[in-house]
Amino acid sequence: MLTKDQIAERIAKELKDGYYVNLGIGIPTLVANYIPKDVKVAFQSENGIIGMGPFPTKSEVDPDLINAGKQTITALKGASYFDSAMSFSMIRGQHVDLTVLGAMEVAQNGDIANWKIPNKLIKGMGGAMDLVASAEQIIVAMMHTNKAGASKLLKRCSLPLTGVRCVKMIVTNLAVLEIREEQFVLKERAPGVTIDEIRKATQGDLIIESEVPEMQL
Amino acid sequence: MNKQVHTKEEVLAGLGHGMTIMFGGFGLCGIPEKSIGFISETNLGGFHCISNNAGVDDFGLGILLNKRQVNKMTASYVGENAEFERQLIAGELEVDLIPQGTLAERCRAAQAGIPAFYTPAGYGTEVAEGKESRNFSGKNYILEEAFVADFAFVKAWKADTAGNLIFKATARNFNPLMCGAAKITVVETEELYPEGALNPNEIHIPGILVDRLYLGSAYEKRIEKLTVQE
Repeated sequence: MLTKDQIAERIAKELKDGYYVNLGIGIPTLVANYIPKDVKVAFQSENGIIGMGPFPTKSEVDPDLINAGKQTITALKGASYFDSAMSFSMIRGQHVDLTVLGAMEVAQNGDIANWKIPNKLIKGMGGAMDLVASAEQIIVAMMHTNKAGASKLLKRCSLPLTGVRCVKMIVTNLAVLEIREEQFVLKERAPGVTIDEIRKATQGDLIIESEVPEMQL
Repeated sequence: MNKQVHTKEEVLAGLGHGMTIMFGGFGLCGIPEKSIGFISETNLGGFHCISNNAGVDDFGLGILLNKRQVNKMTASYVGENAEFERQLIAGELEVDLIPQGTLAERCRAAQAGIPAFYTPAGYGTEVAEGKESRNFSGKNYILEEAFVADFAFVKAWKADTAGNLIFKATARNFNPLMCGAAKITVVETEELYPEGALNPNEIHIPGILVDRLYLGSAYEKRIEKLTVQE
């Protein structure tokens, strides 16, 4: 089974040289720690920066410079700042190459739910609906099951949707999966995890096409 | 043209009960903290506030929420405010949660005199309920309308007395989009220069979109999530 950091490490292998990438809050944020050596990417944060750098030292902290998770950050050489309309022009206009975000539920048709639990959690969607409605490449980073042990990979989402038919790839603590023809296709297993264990943790239809290799980290 | 005003009374002139007010800022970054302070000192209320977030319990729009001056909030994310959640669950506050890019574009549309626009964000979700939808080149979009607001309170970094504005880093966010997007735009700035002192090439928002300009001082700029490396 993968740790959250290992999920991020696996997703980082999908980064290609020259990509502009938007990372959501939580596990996706960790992806920035595992950029492959020969790959150069730029991180876009929807509150208005491309070229987001690491967290600041104490003396570098600037309250006017934060990421979308409201954490203090730094700007790398060559960074740019812009307003929120420009930021979402980049996103809806499909200029951002890859979006990585978390989810509460993903359905086998590519629907995603990650913004609301009726009568329980009312925080809002932030930029997630714009991101999933527009991005050409979306990777969902999440645990395979929720805290109660229930599968988060479902035939249909039960929670209010963030977007429809938009997810194509999912990396969990158990597996790498793709969504194709309204089914989850198992592509890779986490080290030491069996196909049976993945099947048990997946409520939606799971397709095993051939031999399923272990992830390389 | 000199847009500068000097007193709380001038900043708030015309503000009335039940008005719709835009506030710039993302989280606590780039919020018009002086204007919020002034509004909290009045007996006015029943406001419909349009802002990406609702502040924290004792800062930003949280101050107006605590004083029960807000009836309705339009925002994209409100997760950091316990009093907000309490009022919402108790039915004391109405909230309209909308996608962040839609919030930005509804401001810009108001600024630009465009009554509505199509966006893919929220198609197929509860955000689309009751809205017109349309297919362009095989993709589905929903129709969203420009905001209609009485006041916009904006925070700038540098300004000249003509109202030309420059914003700093990610404190820019929604601030430029709200200028001229309401009937009256009030800008508070950290630094104010005489007309002609700013380089015209570096102006983010021209003064034509600004009605009043107030020079703030002693900004707190509270940090919501201080994150440092060792």
